[in-house]
Amino acid sequence: MPGEVHRHGGGTEMKKVMMGNHALSYGAMLSRAQVIAAYPITPQTQVVELLSEMCADKTLNAKFIKVESEHSAMAACIGASITGARTFTATSAQGLALMHELLHWASGGRLPVVMGNINRSMAPGWSIWTDQNDSLSERDTGWMQFYCASNQEVLDTVIQAFKVSEALAIPSMVVLDAFALSHTYEVVDVPDQAKVDEYLPPFKPPYRLTPDDPHAFNGLTSPEHYFELRYKLQKDMEKVPALIEETGREYEKLFGRYLGLVDDYLCDDAEIILVTSGTAGYTARVAVDELRGSGLKAGNLRMKVFRPFPFEVVQRILKRAKKVAVVDRNISYGHHGIFAQEVKSALYGQAGDIPVFGFIAGLGGRDITPASFLEVVDYTLSHDTPEDNILWIGVKK
Amino acid sequence: MPKKKDAKKIVFQSADEMPMMPMSIGSMLYNKTGSWRNIRPEIRLEDCIQCGICWKFCPDMSIGIENELPVVDYDYCKGCGICAEECPVKCIVMVEERK
Repeated sequence: MPGEVHRHGGGTEMKKVMMGNHALSYGAMLSRAQVIAAYPITPQTQVVELLSEMCADKTLNAKFIKVESEHSAMAACIGASITGARTFTATSAQGLALMHELLHWASGGRLPVVMGNINRSMAPGWSIWTDQNDSLSERDTGWMQFYCASNQEVLDTVIQAFKVSEALAIPSMVVLDAFALSHTYEVVDVPDQAKVDEYLPPFKPPYRLTPDDPHAFNGLTSPEHYFELRYKLQKDMEKVPALIEETGREYEKLFGRYLGLVDDYLCDDAEIILVTSGTAGYTARVAVDELRGSGLKAGNLRMKVFRPFPFEVVQRILKRAKKVAVVDRNISYGHHGIFAQEVKSALYGQAGDIPVFGFIAGLGGRDITPASFLEVVDYTLSHDTPEDNILWIGVKK
Repeated sequence: MPKKKDAKKIVFQSADEMPMMPMSIGSMLYNKTGSWRNIRPEIRLEDCIQCGICWKFCPDMSIGIENELPVVDYDYCKGCGICAEECPVKCIVMVEERK
């Protein structure tokens, strides 16, 4: 357990073997979060466990606030953020749902809180295993959402999320799959603190709660002004995609890893593109390689950023394909898979009328394997159009 | 920041003029919340022992101290009565407001 693990010596980048949860902790530490308020929940617990140790032994100079619920955790983050503190928390599933009201307070109040969310299926039936319905239920709360596929990406994205969030005053959720990432150990390059400081300067919001310049925040807002506040939030959301690409390139210059809106794999000449998010993206690539080996031009578009939805880049990549198969680890009951909805809306009105096949797989942590993707591809190749809005993979019908 | 002021509020004419956050931008200078009051505190200064408890307890900071004696700011006092309740010598009485 931690102890020695998180003592980050000076000067040079180092490689460490760490679980996804600790990659979140390291991201928050390197970002010099100043206030952390969190409540433990499986499978997120190690995130705040390590952060509390870092606060205790001064590896991280932050105030750690123990709270009695996730609702209070987000409330504490909001209170801290409004004073101008860089603020981090983490949660999962029911905990995120309990925060729901406060998510609106953070985004509506334009507070750049960064939160890790470990994708865990919503109860009941009680589950600790992964699917995306917890975070995707918060789709319209005005938070940015980044879906990660490796522990390296988790650590890097926390740092980038602070930069983008603070530039536009919009909170961010950094999302990773329960167990497939949260508890899986991988080699992670831990960036040098001095270089992170260069990338991410201290948080200096234009307005904050201070006796030097007193204002009341988030009070009654009449119909004369409320609409404009929402308009401004949306206008700033629309600036996010370009800023993610710009800050991603800046990150690449310093650390050698580009952080973009999507991650496309062999899509340039692909006839069939598998659209995925989270760790299923890397599984899809195993299937893509296999299919390429047998002469089929397959590709994988892994969606990294879900909110704001990166329409332009999705259109640019997918319009080259003959068929698109979206694999969702989530469901909008009474509609269909949520990424499938979004991809369809992105392709609406685009030339070519590319058929989009919407698959649902892996709910409640059922494994999505390369064989699942081969099944997806078999179906997509053998049908001109999908027979149904939802094509189920691996369900015992 | 440019804004239209009238007696009680600030109305922005465009989204660009507004701060991005929902926040007060000096509206309390115009919004005299004392107009909400139904009962007003009146202090019998001859009985006041200058303890400062009313000043300390007023939730709207509407009691000031001048020449060591309490003075109510009726522009902002909402008439909650906490000062009268807490006064140890009961020299503050709440009196009904009349139009």
